[in-house]
Amino acid sequence: MFSRIICFKKYLPLSFLLILLLTTWLLSPAEARTDTENSGPGSALQAIVNVRIVPVVGQEIPSGTILVENGKIKALGANLEIPAGARIIEARGLTAYPGMIDGYSSLGLVEISGVSATVDNRETGRINPQVKAIEALKYDSMHIPIARANGIVAAVVAPSGGLIAGQSTLVKLDGWTNREMVIKESLALVVELPGIRGGRRGFMGMGTQQAAVSTDRALAELKELFHRARMYEIRREQAAKNLLLPRPDFDETSHCLLPVVRGELPVIFSVQADKDILQTIRFVQEEKIKAIFYGVHQGYKVAGEIKKAGIPCLIGSLYDQPPVWEDGYDSLFMNPVLLNQAGVKIAFSSSSSSAAKDLPYHAAKAAAFGLDRLEALKAVTIYPAEIFGVDKLMGSLEAGKQANIVLADGDLLELGTRIEKVFIEGREVDLSNRYTELLEKFRKREKEK
Amino acid sequence: MKNLTRLPIFILLLVIMLAGSASWLLAAGNLLIKNATILPVTGPPITGGDVLVTNGIIKQIGRNLTAPPGTRIIEAQGKYLIPGIIDTHTHLALSGTNEGTEAITPEVNMAEVINPDDPAIFTALSGGVTMVHTMHGSANVIGGVNVVLKMKWGQPSEKLVVREAYPTLKFALGENVKQSNRTLLPGRPQRYPATRMGANAIIRRELLRARDYLAEWDRYEKLRNSKNPPENLLPPKKDLRLETLADLLRGKLYARCHAYVATEMVEFLNLAKEFGFKIGAFEHAWEAYKITDELLAAGVGISVFIDSWAYKMEAAEGIAYNASYCTQRGVLVSINSDSSERVRRLFNEAGKAVKYGLTPDEALKMVTINAARQLGVDRLVGSIEVGKQADLALFNEHPMSAYTRCDLTIIEGEVYFDRQQVIKEREEAARKGGN
Repeated sequence: MFSRIICFKKYLPLSFLLILLLTTWLLSPAEARTDTENSGPGSALQAIVNVRIVPVVGQEIPSGTILVENGKIKALGANLEIPAGARIIEARGLTAYPGMIDGYSSLGLVEISGVSATVDNRETGRINPQVKAIEALKYDSMHIPIARANGIVAAVVAPSGGLIAGQSTLVKLDGWTNREMVIKESLALVVELPGIRGGRRGFMGMGTQQAAVSTDRALAELKELFHRARMYEIRREQAAKNLLLPRPDFDETSHCLLPVVRGELPVIFSVQADKDILQTIRFVQEEKIKAIFYGVHQGYKVAGEIKKAGIPCLIGSLYDQPPVWEDGYDSLFMNPVLLNQAGVKIAFSSSSSSAAKDLPYHAAKAAAFGLDRLEALKAVTIYPAEIFGVDKLMGSLEAGKQANIVLADGDLLELGTRIEKVFIEGREVDLSNRYTELLEKFRKREKEK
Repeated sequence: MKNLTRLPIFILLLVIMLAGSASWLLAAGNLLIKNATILPVTGPPITGGDVLVTNGIIKQIGRNLTAPPGTRIIEAQGKYLIPGIIDTHTHLALSGTNEGTEAITPEVNMAEVINPDDPAIFTALSGGVTMVHTMHGSANVIGGVNVVLKMKWGQPSEKLVVREAYPTLKFALGENVKQSNRTLLPGRPQRYPATRMGANAIIRRELLRARDYLAEWDRYEKLRNSKNPPENLLPPKKDLRLETLADLLRGKLYARCHAYVATEMVEFLNLAKEFGFKIGAFEHAWEAYKITDELLAAGVGISVFIDSWAYKMEAAEGIAYNASYCTQRGVLVSINSDSSERVRRLFNEAGKAVKYGLTPDEALKMVTINAARQLGVDRLVGSIEVGKQADLALFNEHPMSAYTRCDLTIIEGEVYFDRQQVIKEREEAARKGGN
């Protein structure tokens, strides 16, 4: 009893001090407080201070401030004056990067790949220009917050399978519905050309056969479909002008291909073999369509031609084997290096939903094999933004752009780096996810003891 | 006398043979690696360090070491030398993986189906991997006996086998053995077991059988060794299936159990207790973080992915913190590839654990010494120590960095992968007019 009184007496001044501190903190004006909650509305004026800034475009700032207002970057620099009323975000020891953009994923379409009830990326049949990724996108997918917690703020979500897989979409990784996530509802039509046959198991002369014939046929089929769509449009136009002409029967495929043949909607061609890439370049030029290549396993062999055609390349997942043994064990890793050196615009992709969070590691892997580190960083930020035509909005830290900012405790592409904060259009997003929630849940067991 | 005249010729031949083999012995497995940052894994890093290898064994570790003339010297300035990476769960270098026609097939042995020509061996080497535990698949409840191999690309099967490793028997539980992700062909009955209840029951059934089998043999041996063995004493019928399970009960084999969810692991621990067999590790063990207390009490480790998850229902609670959290709780954890592709980036997989709470040293252990301990070969490999086999890998950056690349892989002092050599050969081939 006696000792308790002593204890209480001893701590009495301390507790007073604590209460005093707490009240002053609670009553203090918001601008003076470092707010760590995830409640920062995107519209409020915010200042990220004492932060190392890697804008990706332009010079690095060793220590500076980023001002965010109305969801946009208002200003950034070494010696900015912090306006009164701004929410201050202390970021000493952290580095600010632009949020990353996944060049090709199945986020929101594939939840548990082995459970078909949770898989929505593969429509039946071969010709599906009518299906749209955005219309099936599960905005509350468990994979999205995990990708976000790794610094990814936007992603292309692509359907797959068949020859024409459907329409991909470009979304930001934040929103309470699929529609709230939209950056570009229909980004590009996805066409999957045959891959390199037998490559996986190929060895000592086996597996060098390429699927040239199949790609021939696939492109011929596409040519016919595009022609049919053009004719369909002409007939519809003629019928609209001339009452004597009957309107052609509704043709869903042609209807959905119209934006493509008009050159409005780009096509993402999944294409792997060098010869197939050359054929596809010719096809694109003949058809006068906008194209983006995806996968491009043997792109390095025809890098000059890709560069000349001005077609950007989305590098497929590097978690793969070389398509043919003779290409060398490191051909997939060297591919982005050589494409980049040849001047081809590249962007990395996760090609996944459950491993979408690994996007930065694909870029780093290419850097391990000789890609310049800043180029690697650009290939997950500003280059995909340029390829998808959203570089005025995102992809770098510049005044006027959306405040898609990642605060990291180290190099953005490094494995051990932890992402401390992520802002999407100025709004600080929640970084808790399936991983952290389950860990916390089962950690309780340890704490109970 | 005739024999004597032949003697000099015989001696001459013997001398020639010995001389030949001696020079071969001298040439084999001798290396001096200079000026590397050595990460011994079991000790602090050594900067500017040298490693001298003699006859495939690490002879000396230090600075400014000298080697006998003729020893190959590898300059490793600015690079990181680590013990060869060990993958505790693969299916590479096999000409068959699953004897999945029946639920119980412990009589099959992976050592009998080694394929030394599998290019995955080279793929593994290109990622610094020197040893793998190559296993029966998970198509059935009791698969077969697994084998540990060194990635000696170009050598015949028998040179690959690591005989000192624990002999292990594959068990599998959950969705794969239930065949829950398989479409049933019309007219074909579903294989028993189709539930987790059945999987457990069938293991118990087989182990009870094996126990009887053991008792029968014990009875026979007792009678046979008695003072007056009965006449016409017949041995029990030999059953290769039960023989393997009897070895498990005798403690000669370690169970390696493919398991995902917490319940099936808890129940397998109970079976092990009930029958007194040893568990080498749980494979995949995606929900191990939920039962660290049970794993610690049983002293059972786990061999897991770092973050490959959500590919089926039982992997939907597989969190990337699993390996790190279990390590922090004291569970022995190794990271495996289970893939002839992922095997070459196993170091990257381990490196991810740093994000989820481990130090780079702890992360590196999961693919070196921890793996060696789980396979029972930590006396031989798994760290850079004098007296251990010189299974080594050289990286251009810290092996736990995303920016790193394996440049050289060495097994018992022999270079099996050399990136510079690969590039040189490729350029030569191009000059000769390849593609």
